[in-house]
Amino acid sequence: MEERPGDDRPQLPQPSLWPVGFAVGIVCLLVGLIVSWWVAAAGAVLALVFGFLWAREVATGHPAVPGPPPDEAAPDAAPVPAHRGEAAMPEPQPGERFPRSRFLEGATLGIGALIGVVVTLPAAGFALLPGFLKQKAHKVDLGPIKDFEENKWQVVTFARDPTHADITRRTAFVRNNGLLDGVPSFTIISNRCAHVGCPVQPGGPVFQKEEKTVKTANGDVLMTPVLPAAGFICPCHGGSYDQEGNRIAGPPVRGLDRYEFDIVDGRLILGDLYSVVKVEGSGKTAKIEKVELHGPGQHADGPESWLYPLQPPH
Amino acid sequence: MARAKSERRDKIQAAAMYPLDWLEERSGLVGGVRYFLFRKVPGDTSWWHTLGSATLTAFLVQLVTGVILAMYYKPSPAEAHSSVEHITHDLWGGWLVRGMHRWGASVFIILMFMHMGRVFLFGAYKYPRELNWIVGVLLLATGLFEGLTGYLLPFDQTAYWATVVAVNINGTAPFVGPYLATVLRGGAEIGPDTLSRFYSIHMLLVPGALMGLIGLHLYLIVRLGVTSPPWSKEAAGSEPEEVAPPARAGLVQPGPRAAGVRRRPTE
Repeated sequence: MEERPGDDRPQLPQPSLWPVGFAVGIVCLLVGLIVSWWVAAAGAVLALVFGFLWAREVATGHPAVPGPPPDEAAPDAAPVPAHRGEAAMPEPQPGERFPRSRFLEGATLGIGALIGVVVTLPAAGFALLPGFLKQKAHKVDLGPIKDFEENKWQVVTFARDPTHADITRRTAFVRNNGLLDGVPSFTIISNRCAHVGCPVQPGGPVFQKEEKTVKTANGDVLMTPVLPAAGFICPCHGGSYDQEGNRIAGPPVRGLDRYEFDIVDGRLILGDLYSVVKVEGSGKTAKIEKVELHGPGQHADGPESWLYPLQPPH
Repeated sequence: MARAKSERRDKIQAAAMYPLDWLEERSGLVGGVRYFLFRKVPGDTSWWHTLGSATLTAFLVQLVTGVILAMYYKPSPAEAHSSVEHITHDLWGGWLVRGMHRWGASVFIILMFMHMGRVFLFGAYKYPRELNWIVGVLLLATGLFEGLTGYLLPFDQTAYWATVVAVNINGTAPFVGPYLATVLRGGAEIGPDTLSRFYSIHMLLVPGALMGLIGLHLYLIVRLGVTSPPWSKEAAGSEPEEVAPPARAGLVQPGPRAAGVRRRPTE
């Protein structure tokens, strides 16, 4: 191969515009494939022409990188030793830094942190917030109130969210207390134990043969007559409650939760859950000391309740 | 003849070593692995010192079997249990891989506790290894959390109620408890998102954290060296009988500490 001037020194490609034109041509070609054949053809021509020009320039070789400038000083004069010569710049003190270096470091860290925050915050919000927002309770239609015999208990199983019936099935103990001042009164006790949330069982016979299914807007509601003579008992750790849901014995920290209810067109509509500190009396004349819904195991009264000052939306 | 043979052997050796040399020159990985595997340990290490590697092996088994189970498991309330049944009863080898994952989880936890007990009884948590003890405790907590989140996944009655109870126990933590429980459930109640949430935590979030912590744990072990057992004749800081080289039992990594310099004067 013929030696060209500058081959013995490192070479740098010359600044060139041809690759840019080539790239534009390729983009036009690809966009044209979707948009229009004319654009594609123009792109192909551009790419070919600029590609040819680029290739020709590469093939003709590069000019040599300029070597070190020839020494200005007379070749005979002895070089000035560094420690005697004048300093080009004041010596930096140990630990001293130039403002630009400091600025660049700060800018890099700052922009990095900003990018991190911009990416992390929405992701963390998406991971954590949906559980707290739009947690509206679903009203559940339990069917006509004439299905509930007066002063008799029923175990009622229903889907709190009919679109996810398989996972939102809940159970409540329902008793029709009869009329109070002309308004139907119900006692609706959640089966969720106030200890750690196991399902409490009725302390008495469940009449499985009399089980019936009521079809409502919320899907199938299962009703079984029951006689919880000994109140309600939790199978997990032995918490026990009386018929009004007051704690009698065992580890629970308060009584059983209850459901709000409504009578609409003669049908029993289940509302939100609330927690109960104490129930005095029984049936329709019971005095219920209500509080906001607490999770199982959380005290609702006394000094221990100060540990749970704020409840997330239920 | 012999010369020719050895020449050929040299050639073969060079050819065999070429890929390794290539890798070493570009990454330094071969030297790194060699450094990790052939580092010096005290002469009187015993079987007790293998509990940590055993725990790591159990973790790797969980990793591999878990990845395979994830190919067949469906984390939705309607399908989760039936897909686990499918894995166990219908798919070839499914019972084995699921069994390895299920029992391996217990093995992993038990080995973690045994390893922890060994470290405690050998006093291997003392200076300069306190930080590695702390990392180990974090590993224990994350490992237990891995067990908690994995327990829900078969989605049978045991899994469901155990998770209800576990989440509610979290909910009784002072002040933050109710919020912690809501974050774990992804809502006010266990709902359709809870299962996939636990699945994601179980197979992505916590294993990632575990791998990072294990990396840190191993780094500290390599940096600080393996502790000699308490019955070791070469008590840490003492000088062995031989003069050279200055072996420092308990802290055997070659370091800048000058030979013969004692950390503390003998009483």
